Amino acid sequence: MTRLGKYTRRGFIVASVAVAGGVVFGVRTYRAQLENPLIAELGQGEAALTPYVKITGDGITLITPRAEMGQGIHTTLASLVAEELDVELDQVRIAHGPPSSAYFNGGVVEEGYPFPTTDLGTVPEFARAQRDIPAVFLGYQITGGSTSTHDAYVKMRRAGAVARETLKTAAAARAGIPVARLSTEGGAVVLPDGTRIPYTELAAEAAAVDLADAPELRPRSAWRILGKSQDRLDVVDKSTGRAIYASDIRLPGMRFGALRRSPFLGGRLRSFDASAALAMPRVDAVIDIGNGVVVVAADTWAAMQALDAVIYDWAPPDYPLDSAGHFEVIAAAFRPEQQDSRQRDDGNVADALAGAQAIEGEYRAPYLAHATMEPMSAAALMQDGALQIWAGTQGPTVARREAALAAGIDKQAVTITTTLLGGGFGRRGEMDFVQIAAKVATQMQGTPVLLTYPREEDMSRGPYRPAAIGRFRAVVADGLPLAVDIATASPSIMAGIDARGGAPAPIPAFLPDFTLSQALWDQPYGIANYRVTGYRSAPLLPASFWRSVGASQNSFFHECMMDELAVAAGCDPVEMRLALITDAPSRAVLAAVADMADWGTAPVGARARGVAFALAFGVPTAQIVEIEDTPSGIIVRDVWVAADVGVALDPRNLDAQLISGVSFGLSAAIGEEITLTDGAVDQSNYHDYPVLRMYQAPRIHTRILENQPHIRGIGEPGTPATAPALANAIFALTGQRLRDLPLGRSVVFA
Amino acid sequence: MELTINGTSHTLNLPDDMPLLWVLRDALDITGVKYGCGIAQCGACTVHINGEAVRSCQVALADVWGEVTTIEGLATPEALHAVQTAWIAHQVAQCGYCQSGQIMQAVDLLGRNPAPSDDDIDAAMSGNLCRCGTYPRIRAAIHSAATALRET
Repeated sequence: MTRLGKYTRRGFIVASVAVAGGVVFGVRTYRAQLENPLIAELGQGEAALTPYVKITGDGITLITPRAEMGQGIHTTLASLVAEELDVELDQVRIAHGPPSSAYFNGGVVEEGYPFPTTDLGTVPEFARAQRDIPAVFLGYQITGGSTSTHDAYVKMRRAGAVARETLKTAAAARAGIPVARLSTEGGAVVLPDGTRIPYTELAAEAAAVDLADAPELRPRSAWRILGKSQDRLDVVDKSTGRAIYASDIRLPGMRFGALRRSPFLGGRLRSFDASAALAMPRVDAVIDIGNGVVVVAADTWAAMQALDAVIYDWAPPDYPLDSAGHFEVIAAAFRPEQQDSRQRDDGNVADALAGAQAIEGEYRAPYLAHATMEPMSAAALMQDGALQIWAGTQGPTVARREAALAAGIDKQAVTITTTLLGGGFGRRGEMDFVQIAAKVATQMQGTPVLLTYPREEDMSRGPYRPAAIGRFRAVVADGLPLAVDIATASPSIMAGIDARGGAPAPIPAFLPDFTLSQALWDQPYGIANYRVTGYRSAPLLPASFWRSVGASQNSFFHECMMDELAVAAGCDPVEMRLALITDAPSRAVLAAVADMADWGTAPVGARARGVAFALAFGVPTAQIVEIEDTPSGIIVRDVWVAADVGVALDPRNLDAQLISGVSFGLSAAIGEEITLTDGAVDQSNYHDYPVLRMYQAPRIHTRILENQPHIRGIGEPGTPATAPALANAIFALTGQRLRDLPLGRSVVFA
Repeated sequence: MELTINGTSHTLNLPDDMPLLWVLRDALDITGVKYGCGIAQCGACTVHINGEAVRSCQVALADVWGEVTTIEGLATPEALHAVQTAWIAHQVAQCGYCQSGQIMQAVDLLGRNPAPSDDDIDAAMSGNLCRCGTYPRIRAAIHSAATALRET
């Protein structure tokens, strides 16, 4: 970077402190300017030294304000604070904490930037440094986009350091010894003579301390906890049935609700007759929620049964009645009037393609359900004008706003308790279950109600990963791609989320939907003539974030295309990519995975391999899938995956998340698909929406690299490259180029 | 109706055809057992009746033929079952929602087959879904638990 670049960047950081009132970097702001939501609930002798560290007489609580949906984020966030606070993880309690703008997520702002994450130029780095400013103003407390770790990496270590120095200052005042002579260890300040003063005894005095400066963060070489695998803080509860999800909230006098909405997604309920349902034993009420009903009963089973006894008059759908009709709408979007973005246009694609022998292809990806193991649920109680909600939500500040709107009360009267999530994958960033629970609570004043979506409701009413089509034309010359013109089309996720009340702030319609061509335009390939276009189709079924979002379809389109080009060019697909990739960390993951899989040696017997690369959520990831043809069908034997997260905070958890991401991608690639007939979704439960089962699970070998300059998250990056690597393996095995997902439509899997 | 659950006797006045799953969860607040599908496709509701793994969503209250054990009754937090110890050692759980059912199924498997092969594990565990992709660690944990149980 140039000297000017450095200077400008530093200048901007200073400016950002001034603009945002020192929100991010200062110490005083932890205590004063930025809301600390913990202070309101403190008792005598208790202290909340930062929004992340609460110390009371009986212990230390670290606030881990991101949704724990399996990715291990509570443990990693607690580790960040504990590292600097000098406490061990078994000495602390963790809590998600209340919804608050103090817990903004700057990482999600960065995800929408129009710079490839591999671009480390002055302007992109400038913009990354200021990401927290809009995040603070929007109060963006959200978990998604694999952003939690890089959002928290500095912020939460600093919270630990500030708390530690505050406690030392309090101890120094008490003991009459200079701070510089004190140390900290195992949750106590240690005096020069070895006397230990536990933090818990210093809370009241520390609360009165006002630090002037933020302490320096420790270098990586001094880390005790970070960089080493930690036992998950939730693992015992999750192995003993004691972990509490929203579905497990039980309150005195609780009743149980079950939901039915229109089979025509998003459609109105014109009228209904609930008389038979109300006559059923154990049924309390049938509540009109506008676009459906909730039956409230003595138990969930009674409520589910009564749903079948209601007579519904649903308004007809306003979208095509079958799957073919949906793909027709998407196919029609490939025209200039519907261009959403063209974020890459290198060289002159039109000239390079003119008159050349072009290779062409069209790929398709279906609607997909999230199918979390825990169906959507929320508990709610409206009493004396106050609404309490318990939900596994990925966006608690938005949930509070939406609950207030649904109940017609001020959001100050709403309490949100974020429970563990029984799977998220983006589905729990939606607000429907919070809005509906709030409506039910307003009709059941004084009675707590647990709302559960029957699996059929969860599966067949969306929102879904949008269906999408990818098209390409390309020319190869001298063993490499010379020109690539690739485009993707789908309905917009962002447009729909705004309308459904899931957005932190209104999304201007003139902005491109950054999810639509995600991981298509910003891939680190250097191709002389390279054009990437996103087209926005008319709205169809409700479309939502689904693990790895736009990358889940676009990497399939792009990386299968690259395989086609390698074949056309007569080039090895790994060698071709290595020759094209301009980003060193990206090349390194590809080289690593080739090494892990012994790519240079042909697979034995009836086996074949495919490779794919994806840069998504800032993480370059490469995968090789090995399959075997057997008499009962294709078996996926091994998957090798290498990914670069910059800094590996918890190696065993990174391994788990890569395995998780690959498994999620594999599940969808083999068999998942949402289809429509007569306007209604055909799938309703796991019998007709087949997700990966144990017998299909391959060996998955992972390697984490740390070459890239930014720390990155790992929840999503494992997913995108799996489907193309599998499809490319099938081509290697059979010579069949599969262009439609799921692949199980075209070949038999064992 | 009398029902023994986790060693405790309960007198219940509930419909005969109410699935055991909902008796446990909604009437008795035993929430370690989970609702996932309601049609015996996911295994999240797996409990034991007389030591045998069953899908509690498919067992009507009147048909319960013996003592019911849920994850809460499998062991105590102070003295975990060998399968739970292995689950923790291998850090199996991610979201964790399916894990009660997975563990109850694995305990049943090891009761019948003290040294299962990978194929045996696949056959016994393929009715228990996990969306987080914990299958490889489940396999490893079952092998560890099998070894531990054989050595005791």
